[in-house]
Amino acid sequence: MKKIILCLTLFISTSIIAQSDKFNAAMSSSIKEYEAAKTAEENIAIAQKFIRIAEAEKTEWLPYYYAATIKAKMSIMGIGGDKDEVADEAQSLIDKAEALSKNNCEILVIKSMIATAKMIVDPQNRYMEFGTLINKYLAEAKKADANNPRPYILESSNLVNTPEQYGGGCNAAKPIAQKAMELFNSFKPASEIHPNWGKEMVEQILKNCK
Amino acid sequence: MIKSIVITLVNLLFINSLIAQSKIYGTVKGNKNKNLIAASITIVGTYDGTITDSLGKYKITTYEKGQFTVEVKCLGYKTTTQPLYLDNKNVEINFILKEEINELSAVTVTAGSFEAGDKKRTATVLTALDVYTTGGANGDITSAIKTLPGTQQVGEQEGLFVRGGAGYETKQMIDGLVVNNPFFSGAPDIATRGRFSPSLFKGNVFSTGGYSALYGQALSSVLLLESIDMPERSEASASITSVFAGAGFQHLAKNKKSSIGINYGYTNLQPYFSVVKQKQTFSIFPTYQNVEANFRIKTKRNGMIKFYSSFSDGKMGLRTIDIDSVTLKNQFELRNNNWYNIITYKENLGKGWKLNTGISFSTNTDKINNKVIDNNNQPTITGKIYIDSKNFILRTKQELTVLRAVAEKRIKGISVVRFGTEYWFANNEYSFNGFKTNFKDRFTSLFAEADIYLTNNLAFKAGSRFENSSLINKNNISPRLSLAYKLGNKGQMSVAYGTFFQKPELDQIMQYNNTVINTGFNKATHYLINYIKNTSLQTFRVEAFYKKYNNLIKTFPDTTVNGNGYAKGFEIFWRDKKTIKFIDYWISYSYLDTKRDFLNYPSTLQPSFATPHTLSIVTKTFILKWKTGFNLTYNFATGRPYYNIVYNNNLSKYEILDEGKTIDYHNLGFSLNYLPNLGKKNAKTFIVLVASVTNVLNSNQIYSYRYSYNNLNKVAVTPTAKQFYFIGCFLSWGVDKTQDAINNNL
Repeated sequence: MKKIILCLTLFISTSIIAQSDKFNAAMSSSIKEYEAAKTAEENIAIAQKFIRIAEAEKTEWLPYYYAATIKAKMSIMGIGGDKDEVADEAQSLIDKAEALSKNNCEILVIKSMIATAKMIVDPQNRYMEFGTLINKYLAEAKKADANNPRPYILESSNLVNTPEQYGGGCNAAKPIAQKAMELFNSFKPASEIHPNWGKEMVEQILKNCK
Repeated sequence: MIKSIVITLVNLLFINSLIAQSKIYGTVKGNKNKNLIAASITIVGTYDGTITDSLGKYKITTYEKGQFTVEVKCLGYKTTTQPLYLDNKNVEINFILKEEINELSAVTVTAGSFEAGDKKRTATVLTALDVYTTGGANGDITSAIKTLPGTQQVGEQEGLFVRGGAGYETKQMIDGLVVNNPFFSGAPDIATRGRFSPSLFKGNVFSTGGYSALYGQALSSVLLLESIDMPERSEASASITSVFAGAGFQHLAKNKKSSIGINYGYTNLQPYFSVVKQKQTFSIFPTYQNVEANFRIKTKRNGMIKFYSSFSDGKMGLRTIDIDSVTLKNQFELRNNNWYNIITYKENLGKGWKLNTGISFSTNTDKINNKVIDNNNQPTITGKIYIDSKNFILRTKQELTVLRAVAEKRIKGISVVRFGTEYWFANNEYSFNGFKTNFKDRFTSLFAEADIYLTNNLAFKAGSRFENSSLINKNNISPRLSLAYKLGNKGQMSVAYGTFFQKPELDQIMQYNNTVINTGFNKATHYLINYIKNTSLQTFRVEAFYKKYNNLIKTFPDTTVNGNGYAKGFEIFWRDKKTIKFIDYWISYSYLDTKRDFLNYPSTLQPSFATPHTLSIVTKTFILKWKTGFNLTYNFATGRPYYNIVYNNNLSKYEILDEGKTIDYHNLGFSLNYLPNLGKKNAKTFIVLVASVTNVLNSNQIYSYRYSYNNLNKVAVTPTAKQFYFIGCFLSWGVDKTQDAINNNL
């Protein structure tokens, strides 16, 4: 009897492990695919793959997070369709991620990125609305996790792209980028499928702002 | 031994799983056999799936076994699912998706209208910010609208003169309710500004014809102003400029469910007119005071109650050389009081029902004291009736109450039906040298329309309107129809047809024994066709129209409403924020051919407010480095005709004694706005400094000519000064605590 129970337990636990292995394996391979994606088609296909994983799992925020990140970056780069429509898609995906994981620093960073994507379509008319949101989400992200480098990465990148007269430029961006680098050196992602991007961005900023 | 069994087992399992592979493939198509690209296909509950390629083809390989569902999704189409048993086999499944009609991808019925504001992103043309940054418009909605096609550059009268129509043939509506006195009262031959600040409205729709059955009593055009909802934050503001000063406060409740605000403004032109000489002299320098109050309450079901009230008191007095005597002067003095109130309530009733209701009340009093004066500014009597008759006191009081209710029901898909009713009660009292007349009108209307979307590419709007006016004792029924078809690639085509009726203006009505004798609604029939191509940063629009006028009112001695006329033409509009970096510009060109026989016209004539060619070029740029915006607007119009129409007593009819055409009109307006605190973190005060000048090139502008009684003296109607300069400082202090908290964290 004991043996049967043991066997059953073993069986159940292996199938659970198998399920989460399957998720991790699919996520790792998809993340690699995403990092290699260049064309609009490749980006659409990989975003769709993350959405499929998200919809099959139902409780994981990460696949929605990656799908939203891809769409946000596509909107900023202006590939894969109308900038506004792609950014709206990103927004609806990140909303789904947020419903699964509230007050999450990584998600707030992407919300800020989406606000940037919306603003740059028509800065003159949208500065008031989205400019405020960009900073609001970054502030919330820092509050949610003080040790995460990504809010600082985005902030320093925003500052580099802001003229000096408006408190931007290298002088303003450099200390923030340095702080981001510091945080990066001690940052450990929760797992290998958790976000860990942005190091090259900071390195680039520090290189350009010597 | 055990090891080998394990290896065999593992191998078997592995091979088994290799064999247990299913392939699903096929195509995804939309209507008309169109290949759908990047449609997603998912085996529900698994990670397996793909997207279609450029030929609409897909292929999925899966190791899953058993009963599953395949789901196909594509933007603009209904999601389709199909059950599927996976059993190591290759299956071909072809999908045909049905179009889903949704607001994002559906065509919009736009014939004749310009939508401004963010309500419908693709139709955005002019926002409140655009009005403020149109060079030469000086923050006046009407002046900014005059850079859009279809409008005339009329400077001697207020109002929008659209496609051959007079200024009073365009009506302004706030949240659907007609406004009786949208412009400040002024002196003859001087156009006044609109009473309402652009910042009161989140957007506006300017219809140049063929507009919806929800609105009536405008022969040419409606300007629909949609008031703002909740302010974004609590704010105090103040302004000081070369002609006015003001202060205001707007409070937003902590739960953001209600707000209350008050503004005060004081305008005095004495300092300005002392520096910049005008062609008139002033017995009373123009001064105005204005108090505004508002509140807004959000209801539980996301509805809204909005209240706005504005009271203004103004006076002015000016002296010009009397046209009939030359040695004498004409002194015109005006005192104006205006009180406007509106309360609206909109609510979601559930089950697709929406309700929009509103009540407005306005009262406007003008007291005009006109005198002929001598060199010492003393009143004189000459004994000549045509001069002495200019000594008069005219008091007018105009009251209007408007009640309006419109219900909206969403039917299949995004199609909607709307119906409603309006009741206007107008009371107008005139007292001319103590001789009193009074007009009362009870005006009722019933209307209904439907927006029907047949597909994403084809939609129509059909409606009808019934109206009754007690004053002229007549009814009318006006059908309206417009149709829109999407041509793909962001382009669309629309056609529209409609009949439009308008009561005669009260000063055109003749009464005998308290009965109006020249009764009837003026009538216009509009036909128009347009093509629009819209992206977020570019708009191209071309529209052609034909209008037929019937039953236009004639004046004494003709007491019929047998006037008629036509207007036809085309217009081109191009706005581009993309091609030249950091420059936003638009170009409007209008061609108009119109003639009408109305009022005292002896025959069918090109009206004095219409010219064939009008062109506007508006450019704006904001230089980030200098925190300064530069705005330049050029308006051009060919000369307009003018007539000296005189009644010939012997022939008992009007005749033209003289006629001509004014010189071409040029106006280059420039403005700049400097925002010193832009982008400064922790800045407590937001500052905007504005400077502007009209007619930079100092061109001669002649609007028309006036003739003396004896027809020998002809005087040009020109602006009161060639140029108008403006400088101002606008300040605001946000008092939103969360905003401060965020700023401090950064």
